Amino acid sequence: MALEDIFSVAGSALNAQTTRMNTTASNLANAATVAGSEDGAFRAKRAVFKSILADQMGDSNAGGIKVEKLIDDPSPIRKMSEPGNPLADKDGYIYLSNVNEMTEMVEMMAASRSYQNNVEVVNTTRQLMMRTVDMIKG
Amino acid sequence: MNMIDKALGVHAQALSVRSRRMELLGLNIANSDTPNFKAKDVDFKSVLQAAHSSNLSITNKGHVPLTESGSPDGEMYRIPFDTSFDGNTVEMNVEQAKFGQAAADYQATLNILENRIGGIRKALRGD
Repeated sequence: MALEDIFSVAGSALNAQTTRMNTTASNLANAATVAGSEDGAFRAKRAVFKSILADQMGDSNAGGIKVEKLIDDPSPIRKMSEPGNPLADKDGYIYLSNVNEMTEMVEMMAASRSYQNNVEVVNTTRQLMMRTVDMIKG
Repeated sequence: MNMIDKALGVHAQALSVRSRRMELLGLNIANSDTPNFKAKDVDFKSVLQAAHSSNLSITNKGHVPLTESGSPDGEMYRIPFDTSFDGNTVEMNVEQAKFGQAAADYQATLNILENRIGGIRKALRGD
């Protein structure tokens, strides 16, 4: 355990938060998609994080964090009667995605705040490391 | 070597404990969104006491020597102020405050070490 291990920890967190931000972007981009069946409708994705223990991390002896899996948002799919739509099923229904724009915006802000926190950790650690190196320079 | 060790005193060990504390706090901040993650911290006092009272000697061949990893590392789980839905006990504001404090502590220890090293350098140079 040393100061430089913080970089790998914070780096893995930056990576995970980027994945989360990407998922949010994908959800927002797909918010307006429609499908011809309930199974085919787009479901919002959520990144689930998992803490990695030190011995699973490989070269570093600090822990870290990774995206364990992407899960589908369990909220229900809305269907709408729109017989004129070319994608409509035989009863004239189309199926909308279950993306909630408000939730996605909140998710995006949370991810970006977490990202900033980790960048701050990296900055502070770097400054302290530089000072430690300067100590022997005199 | 012995002279330098004496001149630096406990501060060299303190610096490594402080850096370990910063690492744990960094780990907490990194895991602020991980379900069921429990925040940890180092109890500086207990680690320092353990470093001071390391005068345990092997008087019987059945004794097991204290190793680096076997020594009490003072890691403790943090008691959160509030509970959360996902079982995560990281409270970002608390962690940020502690991280800032830990960074200041690290700098303080660095300052002391810088002064000590400056003193040694002065003595060696002799001017």
